[in-house]
Amino acid sequence: MSERTAVGVIRRRTPGARALRVLLYAVLFAAALAYLLPLVVMVMTSIKPLSEITPGNLLALPEAPTLAPWIKAWGEACTGMRCEGVGGYFWNSIAIVVPAVAISTMVGALNGYALTKWRFKGSELIFALMLFGCFIPFQVVLLPMAQTLGWLGLASSRSGLVLVHVVFGIAFTTLFFRNFYVAIPDELVSAAKLDGAGFLRIFWRILLPVSAPIIVVSVIWQFTQIWNDFLFGVAYSGHDTQPVTVALNNLVNTSTGAKEYNVDMAAAMIAALPTLVVYVLAGKYFVRGLTAGAVKG
Amino acid sequence: MSALEIQHLCKDFSSTQVLKDVSLAIDSGEFLILVGPSGCGKSTLMNAIAGLEPVTSGKILIGGEDVTWRTPAERDIAMVFQSYALYPSMTVRGNIAFGLEMRKVPKVEREQAVERVADLLQISHLLDRKPSQLSGGQRQRVAMGRALAREPQIYLFDEPLSNLDAKLRVEMRTEIKKLHQRLGTTIVYVTHDQIEAMTLADRIAVMRDGQIQQLGTPNEIYNDPVNVFVAGFMGSPSMNFISARLEKDDTTWQLHISDPEQGAELSLPWPVDRVTEAMVACQGQSVLLGLRPEHFAEAGDQRSGHQQAARLEALVSVVEPTGADVLINLGLGGNEVVARVGPDCRVAPGERLALSVDMRRAVLFGQQGGQRLA
Repeated sequence: MSERTAVGVIRRRTPGARALRVLLYAVLFAAALAYLLPLVVMVMTSIKPLSEITPGNLLALPEAPTLAPWIKAWGEACTGMRCEGVGGYFWNSIAIVVPAVAISTMVGALNGYALTKWRFKGSELIFALMLFGCFIPFQVVLLPMAQTLGWLGLASSRSGLVLVHVVFGIAFTTLFFRNFYVAIPDELVSAAKLDGAGFLRIFWRILLPVSAPIIVVSVIWQFTQIWNDFLFGVAYSGHDTQPVTVALNNLVNTSTGAKEYNVDMAAAMIAALPTLVVYVLAGKYFVRGLTAGAVKG
Repeated sequence: MSALEIQHLCKDFSSTQVLKDVSLAIDSGEFLILVGPSGCGKSTLMNAIAGLEPVTSGKILIGGEDVTWRTPAERDIAMVFQSYALYPSMTVRGNIAFGLEMRKVPKVEREQAVERVADLLQISHLLDRKPSQLSGGQRQRVAMGRALAREPQIYLFDEPLSNLDAKLRVEMRTEIKKLHQRLGTTIVYVTHDQIEAMTLADRIAVMRDGQIQQLGTPNEIYNDPVNVFVAGFMGSPSMNFISARLEKDDTTWQLHISDPEQGAELSLPWPVDRVTEAMVACQGQSVLLGLRPEHFAEAGDQRSGHQQAARLEALVSVVEPTGADVLINLGLGGNEVVARVGPDCRVAPGERLALSVDMRRAVLFGQQGGQRLA
């Protein structure tokens, strides 16, 4: 945009101001490049054959692009003792993330609804205590949670990981939904009560249909958190139930034979893609949802 | 049997008493308005009737049945909210039919009810729209439609017109009155707008500090207020209160108003046939004379027809023509009083104006506590 077209802004076009502007764009451009470079290197490395990587020129464009590293990363690469690629673990992650996101979002929505529209003595205190959950470091609960999963017979299972993520996610999802519902007029609920609807009916028919923005926020947040989780994944999973993040770690750290950087990069891309896809598809709702309460007034 | 009866209702919020021993009864088909300044408990009383707020003590009976501890759904009432509270995700049709659907009314009957209500309120063309696509007045109609569809025993209106602009408010007021005349429904209506109260109500309950100050017809409330608060709250511009000394000489009663500016005293005669026992007790004491702006008239104005009218003269400070009449601010006995005179009055600020006062309609209050004397 040229300076002339900027509406309602008056600027003096002195040489000094111009020089500053050029400098500003130069800095921004350099910063953008610095942030993009790792991604560029990753993508390029993942489609180079190993022979092009070993000379050591990271930034060289691939001469003979190939998808072989991706195929190997998905189905053949060794993660520890097994050589089955990260594909199977990718599905593990899906099988953990989908129910965990769905359950934590649903429970958060119900909590937020109950805490705002069916206030009871101490409901504010309960909300404050739940907020604590957002600030508890994961490491603190590693051992007690392992014990609990053992008692429940869920150790090393996908269900166990789902439970852990749901429990941790509820603090955040409750916060999201509570703050969203607090802005929705209580009179709506009063009207529905007079019309004869009960707790769940009001939630299902009146509140949930207007909750799309905050559901998107909750889903993106939870999806990203759970998909990217490594600590719980490595602590509570068995061989067959490892999520893709753990498999990626194992793949990269496997030390038999030559280091296949291209396969490592491809595997890392595979592990990172879903969160990117979710954000690209629903990102605009994410921003909208986060600011929904703020701009409505 | 009363459609709605409230017996000794009390409501405490932690340490504050919001409702203090409120009792009232409404006949079937009656239009009752609860009016009062904000914080007087009128909305709390309405929420208690609706079942949205549990009460501390007392009883609520609807159609003779004790519903004090029933849920809102079990009380057979419908409510129109100040914010309309239309369900945002449903169409107008869905909004109107929701209450029937919750009560498991068959679909065909629901459709009929929606059609009937939409016809009545002239919103048939809006049935497939969402609330966000409606104007304020249309939302107001839908909110009433939602209440009407269920045909409950009692309708509750919680300041339903206060979100509308002035013109629309007057239109909808008439609309509500027409609707009530046509359907003969029992309505409890909360407002802080005393004109709404006067124009709509069969009876008005004026509330203050959690108590009903006076319950009566608009005429009673306006012309026969029980205390200074009710007298001052109803009417716009509000009633003038003038400090005066009550004296009796031989057979006539006089109100002496001292005027510090003139140094002279002004005397107004009190009609002999309106002397009460309470007045006798206050003889020689200071009382409050209540005069509504329309109790004044330009001296010699034929229109007023005041007989037995007392005369006085006062300095004009402000003249406000409204078109239909002229409001004049006057200095009287050190007080600023407002008089409503005919539209032809051509007085200017700074001039003195001769007025007649209709003492037959004047009211007297005690200086302490503001209780009515006569």
